[in-house]
Amino acid sequence: MRNTKVVTLEEAIRRSGLKDGMTVSFHHHFRGGDKVVNLVVGKLAEMGFKDLHLAASSLSDVHTPLIGHIRNGVITKISTSGLRGDLANEISHGLLKEPVVFRSHGGRGSAIASGELHIDVAFLGASSCDELGNASGCPRSENAKSICGSLGYALPDARYADHVVVITDDLVAYPNVPKSISACDVESVVVVDSVGDSSKISSGAIRDSKNPRDILLAKQAAKVIINSGYFKDGFSIQTGTGGASLAAVKYIRESMLEKGIKASFALGGITAHMVKLHQEGLIGRLIDVQSFDKVAAESIATDQLHQEVSAVEYASADHVGSAVHALDIVILSALEVDVDFNVNVLVGSDGIIRGAIGGHPDTAEDSALSIIVCPLLRGRIPCVVPKVTTLITPGKSVDVVVTEYGIAVNPGRPEIAQRLVEAGLKVVDINDLAAKARSIIGEPDTLPFGDRVVGIVMDRHGKVLDEIHNILD
Amino acid sequence: MEIKNAVAGTLESGDILVQIAPGEGLQVDLQSSVSAQFGRQIKAVITETLEGLGIADAYVKATDKGALDCTIRARVTAAAVRATGKDVWKD
Repeated sequence: MRNTKVVTLEEAIRRSGLKDGMTVSFHHHFRGGDKVVNLVVGKLAEMGFKDLHLAASSLSDVHTPLIGHIRNGVITKISTSGLRGDLANEISHGLLKEPVVFRSHGGRGSAIASGELHIDVAFLGASSCDELGNASGCPRSENAKSICGSLGYALPDARYADHVVVITDDLVAYPNVPKSISACDVESVVVVDSVGDSSKISSGAIRDSKNPRDILLAKQAAKVIINSGYFKDGFSIQTGTGGASLAAVKYIRESMLEKGIKASFALGGITAHMVKLHQEGLIGRLIDVQSFDKVAAESIATDQLHQEVSAVEYASADHVGSAVHALDIVILSALEVDVDFNVNVLVGSDGIIRGAIGGHPDTAEDSALSIIVCPLLRGRIPCVVPKVTTLITPGKSVDVVVTEYGIAVNPGRPEIAQRLVEAGLKVVDINDLAAKARSIIGEPDTLPFGDRVVGIVMDRHGKVLDEIHNILD
Repeated sequence: MEIKNAVAGTLESGDILVQIAPGEGLQVDLQSSVSAQFGRQIKAVITETLEGLGIADAYVKATDKGALDCTIRARVTAAAVRATGKDVWKD
């Protein structure tokens, strides 16, 4: 092949024109199995870069090595949807001088498209890529090693970054079609041993729960859906991360069969449960911004009706054509919900960052019915509280909260409360749930927050929604 | 009351591991995953439970994984029964 773009990582970085102080970006489709961030940032450190802004679609436990790169001044700013593990703990204690900027997936897509988040060089892991840069998250040869399925969160980066480097562990013959990332957007292709461990995609927040309480909550959420008034032929649905919300779809299946109701599409993070319903003919289309497990990643590779969407097409508030605007029902989890129905999915009740915004505020705002599923308590940590530690999804976007002690409905949606009561479900006042939690755990002491701002939460429209302060020991 | 070394509980999430040893006065050494918000309350429950069993001298090491008060009382009581040999449920 002529004019090959295939070079070493070091050469790709040199060619990109990257300078100190610039912004580099990454996607998180390999979730806990990602190898690209650590590999690339390690190389950037080795080459002597300083003061870089790392703009990832999300970061997780596996990115602990970034702590060293922050201490050494290689990374001085981070934008992400989430943070977990030791990195999150260190940042919560004030590791970074500049606050981390947290955006939802739709908010990040919008910010990249509008130029508010400008990316100088994007380093995008891909499961297959040809020598010209046509890249995909799907396997295209018997040598495929790391399969992630949809590359939805990488697509705004590929389109809008000044310079795009695709990193792959399976270089295939041209043309690698169908492609997710177009060769026209790609400057360099780097071949490495492994871009990610696919077996670790379905871990952490998207495990398949066997916890009996999660199953109880999932069954309750299913009853809410079925009796909400939105469970009609042609409805659309999304399930967020968290055992109970992912499992809820299992329990609406029987009702769909019984009543002859079919869904027009399922959106968002696509799971094996969704693929099964699609293959049974119960869900017409799968619109996949992120494949949550191996089954979903395999389905998107072979099924025409299982389509990839970019983060912008998925959840941008700026585009009336984004998919969330057509979404009927979304089931989401929460770390905390307060008595005003505000939700926190980012900062733990101990004040330490331990989660990700994801598509939570995007889908909650634009869907017709948003259902939050969470237990009343996790150990001694209350999930229904007087006021959330950090505001992520405003209460006006949240319609129903399902707990094992009852179902609370936003007073702004009395018609839903009435339907659920008529169906015999236990509808309670959210203030009573918060009081019940307090009666079991007692009154918590105030968290020892410091004066420094370690994180800024942007809403999906580009405005500051909340600040996260450092936590003192 | 004579105190021997004794243990009750586990390190599972939602439980507390309570270790009791001889000591002077009641000394509670607590490690907890929820210490910032609940450390004070957990120590108070441990102390009250021991005092209620008539134990005034003991060293208690507690490793808490978010246990509720009822669990803490049960584990402290079980550890105290093992430490003193006095069965508070029968006697």
